[in-house]
Amino acid sequence: MSPQKLAADSGVLEVRFVGDEDVLDHIVEKQEGSKASRGSVQTLVSLKSSRKLLADSAEEEEEEDGVFNEQNYVEALGTGAEAGEENGSVTAGASVFTFQTIKRSNKMAQIASEWARTPGKSVTFSTPGSPEEALSPTRATCKLASENKTPQKGKKVQFVSTTPHRLRKRISAPNLKSDSDSDFSPSNSEEEAEEEEDDDEKGAKAEAHPKTPSKTSADAAALYKTPAKKSKKAPESNLVEEYFEAHSSSKVLTSDRTLQKLQTPKLDRETLLRLLGGKPSCYIDEINELNKKHEKNFSKWMLQLHMGFNILLYGLGSKKFLLEKFRTTILSDSVHMVVNGFFPSITLKSILNAITGEMLEHEGTFRTPMDQIDFIVKTLKKDPDNHIYLIIHNIDGPMLRGEKNQQALGQLASIPNMHLLASIDHINAPLVWDHTKMSWFNWLWYETTSFLPYTEETSYENSLLVQQTGALALSSLTHVLRSLTPNARGIFRLLAEFQLENKDNPSYTGLSFQDFYQRCREAFLVNSDITLRTQLTEFRDHKLIRTKKGADGVEYLLIPVDAGTLTDFLEKEDVE
Amino acid sequence: MNTSSVSKGCFVFKPSSKKRKRTVGIDEYFVDGNDDCGNGRERFNICQKLWEKIKMDTEILQDELNEKILESLLDFIKKCTLSFQSRTDDWASRMRASEIPTAALVLGVNVPDHDMTFQSLSDLLKNSVTPFSVSVQAKECTALKNLMQRVLERLMGVGVSVEEDEEDSGIHLPQKRVSCSISVLCQWYKTVTKKHAMKSPDKTCSENGFLQSPPIVVIFKDFEAFNPRVLQDFILICNRYIHELPLIFVFGIATSPSTVQHILPHSVSSLLCIELFQSLSCTQHLATVIDKLILTSQFPFKLTGKVLQVLVSIFLYHDFSVRNFVKGLQLALLEHFHSQPLSVLCCKKQEARHNAQKLSHKDVEMVRQLPSFMRYVETQEPQEQVQLLTSDDHVKEVCQMLLKGLRKYHKNYYPILRCLHSLTASLPKYPLGKQIRELHISCLEKNVWETNEYESAMQLLRLLAKDELVAALRKCADILKPGKTKKMKSALQQLEDYIIRFEQLDGMSIETLSGEEITSPGKDLQKKTDLFQLQKTLLEMKGSRRTKKMSPFEILRNETLDFIDGLVRSHLTPPELQPLNEVCYYSSSGVLRRHLNATPRTSIQTALSHPFYFLQNENLKTDAGTVSSAAPDICIVYKLHLECGRLINLYDWLEAYATVVSAAEGKDPDAEDYGKVDELKHARFIQSVSELEFLGFVKSTKQKTDHVARLTWGGC
Repeated sequence: MSPQKLAADSGVLEVRFVGDEDVLDHIVEKQEGSKASRGSVQTLVSLKSSRKLLADSAEEEEEEDGVFNEQNYVEALGTGAEAGEENGSVTAGASVFTFQTIKRSNKMAQIASEWARTPGKSVTFSTPGSPEEALSPTRATCKLASENKTPQKGKKVQFVSTTPHRLRKRISAPNLKSDSDSDFSPSNSEEEAEEEEDDDEKGAKAEAHPKTPSKTSADAAALYKTPAKKSKKAPESNLVEEYFEAHSSSKVLTSDRTLQKLQTPKLDRETLLRLLGGKPSCYIDEINELNKKHEKNFSKWMLQLHMGFNILLYGLGSKKFLLEKFRTTILSDSVHMVVNGFFPSITLKSILNAITGEMLEHEGTFRTPMDQIDFIVKTLKKDPDNHIYLIIHNIDGPMLRGEKNQQALGQLASIPNMHLLASIDHINAPLVWDHTKMSWFNWLWYETTSFLPYTEETSYENSLLVQQTGALALSSLTHVLRSLTPNARGIFRLLAEFQLENKDNPSYTGLSFQDFYQRCREAFLVNSDITLRTQLTEFRDHKLIRTKKGADGVEYLLIPVDAGTLTDFLEKEDVE
Repeated sequence: MNTSSVSKGCFVFKPSSKKRKRTVGIDEYFVDGNDDCGNGRERFNICQKLWEKIKMDTEILQDELNEKILESLLDFIKKCTLSFQSRTDDWASRMRASEIPTAALVLGVNVPDHDMTFQSLSDLLKNSVTPFSVSVQAKECTALKNLMQRVLERLMGVGVSVEEDEEDSGIHLPQKRVSCSISVLCQWYKTVTKKHAMKSPDKTCSENGFLQSPPIVVIFKDFEAFNPRVLQDFILICNRYIHELPLIFVFGIATSPSTVQHILPHSVSSLLCIELFQSLSCTQHLATVIDKLILTSQFPFKLTGKVLQVLVSIFLYHDFSVRNFVKGLQLALLEHFHSQPLSVLCCKKQEARHNAQKLSHKDVEMVRQLPSFMRYVETQEPQEQVQLLTSDDHVKEVCQMLLKGLRKYHKNYYPILRCLHSLTASLPKYPLGKQIRELHISCLEKNVWETNEYESAMQLLRLLAKDELVAALRKCADILKPGKTKKMKSALQQLEDYIIRFEQLDGMSIETLSGEEITSPGKDLQKKTDLFQLQKTLLEMKGSRRTKKMSPFEILRNETLDFIDGLVRSHLTPPELQPLNEVCYYSSSGVLRRHLNATPRTSIQTALSHPFYFLQNENLKTDAGTVSSAAPDICIVYKLHLECGRLINLYDWLEAYATVVSAAEGKDPDAEDYGKVDELKHARFIQSVSELEFLGFVKSTKQKTDHVARLTWGGC
């Protein structure tokens, strides 16, 4: 034993004779790594306290290793498990969750034209941040071609808006200019038209000399060179630079073209449905096949529901059809309920009322949803043979997303004889459940990609492209107003007219109360501001007007209806 | 009845009472699912039985694990109760008397598992200490009013009316109202205890074993989730009544004891007399569960290494929830019996023999198809092979024999696994893993003795000092003792022999060895204090060591370890090599992972960027990273949107889409109207964009006219 060791361990230690071969062994090991020797000392000297200490520290190490070893994780849950599948998923998590990358505005048109140029075949898409994006010679030449058309103007703008980062880059590689210049779309409408016409031509140009990479593209390529081939440090810094470049300007560069250019800028819902109805759906056979495959699981679902699990469906395409099929084939003989989570005015209260009122045939009301759930739990516990099935389409629907609602649904789901089947579609849907809720729901996840259109699910949405007819708002306006006094109608009319006068003013925030009162007085509609206030309260209760506090603390009044509807309304009033 | 409406979101369907199915035969669904053979019902029964057993065992385990902490908790509560009653008049107890005794129960972050602990705690309390215990959760107590209401309701039974307060709670001061209701509680408590005392006037304890004035225990299940204000007020109020009401609190804490200080200010926490209780960590809990459910030959159902790894990883990386682990086990069990028709043989000895006899011709064919069985057939004599391939009866016989072999294999496997673990678990750096499950997984996957880790573990074992080695061997012997098979018995015998020989060595070694061994190096070393010299000498000595004769201890040590190595090699072979292992081992880890740890977003994005993966149509077949222009609309629209920045111009998007779709329709690119947006294309585009919006890839924005904002990055 070496003297140092003796000194260090004196006190509580227990000295034992050790063969010197062993000592030698350990000393050799010490040269290899201090950690190993620490461990081996421990085997020689069994010293209670120090051993415990060592063990503790080792435990910590181990825990860190165990819990945070990413490699293990990937092996166990990612690739490792995938190998067990027949055909592993094509997309890995790494490609789904990436940083924002720089995008050129005319990239889309370009891609589309390239895509179209090769009908039947396909076009390679660059994955974001992949080296091909920067390397692709066709694109670089294309950029050149477009540069001819986008004149100096764009360039100037860019120099003004550059951040130091960009600037540095540009100085170090002036050749790159052409590449990043195309960030800026021509805002000149003339050019746009030209470009539109030339769209095909441009594609042709690109096709014509793609294999003659100019110096520019070659250099640019060299700068963007794939990280893997470079030294180890390069990829990191490259990634960092790209990240900051992508986030450097808050300004978004897109072309200024609007849908007004189309002959029919907005279709209304009826036309849309008519058009889509006439369209033959593609790949109908394959889609049917997919659905058949999912339908085979029906009895398994029932089995698992009865074993205490709940079923959650996910995957692209509407799952309503599948769940409806399940409902009609399997559940026709049992008590069940369907909830459309995508329905814009679904509430927890309506769901609970349907359960207590219609399913459990309870008459009477409940003070809070909590009481109601308690009642459901108690009633179902008393009657364990009464199995209730709950089908929720889109449990991640906008109205059900809230924490309270999910909590309530989770509590329902955890009742042994309440069986829940639900579907999710939003890509971030799983985020609504935390640990505890997950354990209430006790989900079994089923991938049921169906590729069916979300016709019903999206029909309630105020889609950006579909024209709002405003018929509903109009009829509600006329209905409410018809029951009011002539004076009240006059007041409303005054406000509507004022709003229409200002419809082209983008900074119009509403009519201030004082102003309004003045006008009403002048028109002999009210005699005091109290009368006006009462009237306004009535309007507000019927949701005819909205009030907003301005920056100066003044109340502004606004009719929350678009100008077209308002004009229609006034015309109608005039006729009457 | 239709389930789509513009005015309603809920639809209830009630079949007429005649048609209504009240009792559902679950086994029907089990049999329905697999149309192939007739033994579905038996399999389901076996599965159910096994699951019941597993469930019961885990519950018992849970209780056992919680026993200690619950017992100490009970002791604490009893002690407090006694101090309430005695009320001695010394200074300390008077100080104490104004404080509310509180137990802070630190349970760990695996919140979903806590319910069981609290359940058993309140059961225990009800049985042995007090009938008055309430548990409250944060979500039902958003305001002081609710908290009071819950506590009173649960203590006094139904019908606490706070109706009159409900209506004008805004006018009344909350303090006043609450004090009124807690005084109700006081009165109620007095009457109840009086009644109690009247009933059994001669005894100090009632017939249930309750004390004279049982305490009121309030359990706050999720302390962190409570609104601090509510808790503070409640504690302040309760403190006023502590002399009339023997209150005791239990806080269920998920994170760390210091949260008490975070949530409660000093003025409030000083009113509590807190004692800390730490529960078993969830990893220890898991280790016990694995030990009892998986590392045992008691259950015929087994998991392969991959499956076990998936379950353990979900536990370690996602939730720390033992309950979810058991749920995963349940799913594996169900899937195994559902998907493997031969699992009918996966049961207890007698039953398995019986079921093997009953195998149908189809089943026998299936047995012949098993890879492990085929391997077994290949190793047999040609004559035997013919027999196995032609005679069903013979196969049945052989099956029984093989099943017996499999059972034996398990009976030997687990004790040896434990031995190996107990030997290697204390080695530095844990070459074979610190937890037995890690060793188990590596044994399941390959021949463990061929790995480097095993090699290094063996090398380290060969360096062990005698005391440690003997202690480890003793432990092994203890593990082997319950073993019933012949092999285990003989192994135990040999092991004990070795231990005895080590002990005999003791007496002899000191006499024979001490002389030279100590003197020669020892003297040398004392002379040379120079470190460099020391190293040199030691290196020299090492060089000469090889030639040196081994001491008897070393010889014996090597012999022992060779014996253990032999045991490992003969018993820890991977189960895949055992014939008929498919009957007992569940192997599809992918299924389990997909159902328990799904990745919905990846699935959606795969469908969007590689539609061929789901729709096997030749038109869609493309190279990696590409999409055919004939793909469904939504895929095209999605692909195009990937090329955009934060905002997307709808018009450009529509135009690009029209270009692609025109190409797919086979239009001539040079034609006049090529790439024109017609109404149908417009409509299809609108539909696809709204679908992308519905899925959460884009959203409408007011930043610029006719633009949408992109919400995701990445995707391929």
